[in-house]
Amino acid sequence: MSASSAVNAMKKVVQQLRFEASINRVKVSQAAAELQQFCLQNAHHDPLLTGVSSSTNPFRPQKVCSFL
Amino acid sequence: MANEGLRDNETLSSLKNESETLKCKLEEERAKLHDVEPFLSVFFFQQDGKVIVWDAFTTNKEHAVTMPCTWVMACAYAPSGCAIACGGLDNKCSVYPLTFDKNENMAAKKKSVAMHTNYLSACSFTNSDMQILTSSGDGTCALWDVESGQLLQSFHGHAADVLCLDLAPSETGNTFVSGGCDKKAMVWDLRSGQCIQSFETHDSDINSVRYYPSGDAFASASDDATCRLYDLRADREVAIYSKESIIFGASSVDFSLSGRLLFTGYNDYTINVWDVLKGTRVSILFGHENRVSTLRVSPDGTAFCSGSWDHTLRVAVGHQRTRPPAKFIFHSGPERPPQFIKSSATAIIHADSPC
Repeated sequence: MSASSAVNAMKKVVQQLRFEASINRVKVSQAAAELQQFCLQNAHHDPLLTGVSSSTNPFRPQKVCSFL
Repeated sequence: MANEGLRDNETLSSLKNESETLKCKLEEERAKLHDVEPFLSVFFFQQDGKVIVWDAFTTNKEHAVTMPCTWVMACAYAPSGCAIACGGLDNKCSVYPLTFDKNENMAAKKKSVAMHTNYLSACSFTNSDMQILTSSGDGTCALWDVESGQLLQSFHGHAADVLCLDLAPSETGNTFVSGGCDKKAMVWDLRSGQCIQSFETHDSDINSVRYYPSGDAFASASDDATCRLYDLRADREVAIYSKESIIFGASSVDFSLSGRLLFTGYNDYTINVWDVLKGTRVSILFGHENRVSTLRVSPDGTAFCSGSWDHTLRVAVGHQRTRPPAKFIFHSGPERPPQFIKSSATAIIHADSPC
């Protein structure tokens, strides 16, 4: 029985590989250009890239208030 | 029918030959399109069985749940913020509704959702509170209905433990990527259970995978001390983030909001920040006193949090300088919890609700 299960397992591998081989691909130059464009378009919305000023930093140490 | 297209009398050796031929053909096809060199670049769980939700601004513990099993390895926040899911060596994923009522025992309201035959390595809610995706040491991923606990879909294909998963950003459709000890990253269709694409270029276990914000690519962090970027439309690896001086495994990875920066935690206690487009290291953060085991950027992108075996979580923000990039500074983390930290979820940083 192990021979036919090995054949079945191999059939599945071949089927999966056929499926993967058949997908549409784009050129790396185009894919890379689109990744780059996405980065540049969203760069100013990225607080970790541009940084936050100390007044808007939500994690700054809180000033202690005291009653006068 | 599953066997459509295959003749019944195919022998094992002819199938093996065809499989080898197809593998070569796949590489050839991918290489044909390689026309240019790709650009050259708090809520967490602990191993003592507790899950803790922190407020990242005040560093107060908001919730703490004791798990019945001692080793929790995965946790996730529900999109509504009203529940958490976690699991680990108990082979299960359980959902706990979050409550601020101190009299309520959160552990009592626990709901067991997922059941694997080996440890739970990662879990994530899909875009609602109603479904959970899990990955396991049994080599499979699975999609579950939270309410009924029913298995909706299972994903078979990894040859070894699956260590991590990440869902595609909701705009780009119903797929997710998983990484495993078989050095493969696989992209799956959530509905059909089919593996759509697979990538095998790492030299060791893949510890963490994360989608690029546009959903067209994903990054992976591996024990081979590199992180790699795979583009889904070009169907290949397009960048490696590595240095000869970095020899310890990378445990965790996440992108900044625009996808320009890649934050990675390493077993040599450091965090490296990479310029995704140039492939160069922008910054290195020291501060942790043991290996960095997990790292996540907050949903609004203002900060990232790293968790480490030194028992702390640290939150870092970028500070403006006269010239970009921002300088990263750790802000004081929460008080030291007494046990190891293994993972964290994005929502520990409530960046939209300062106290």
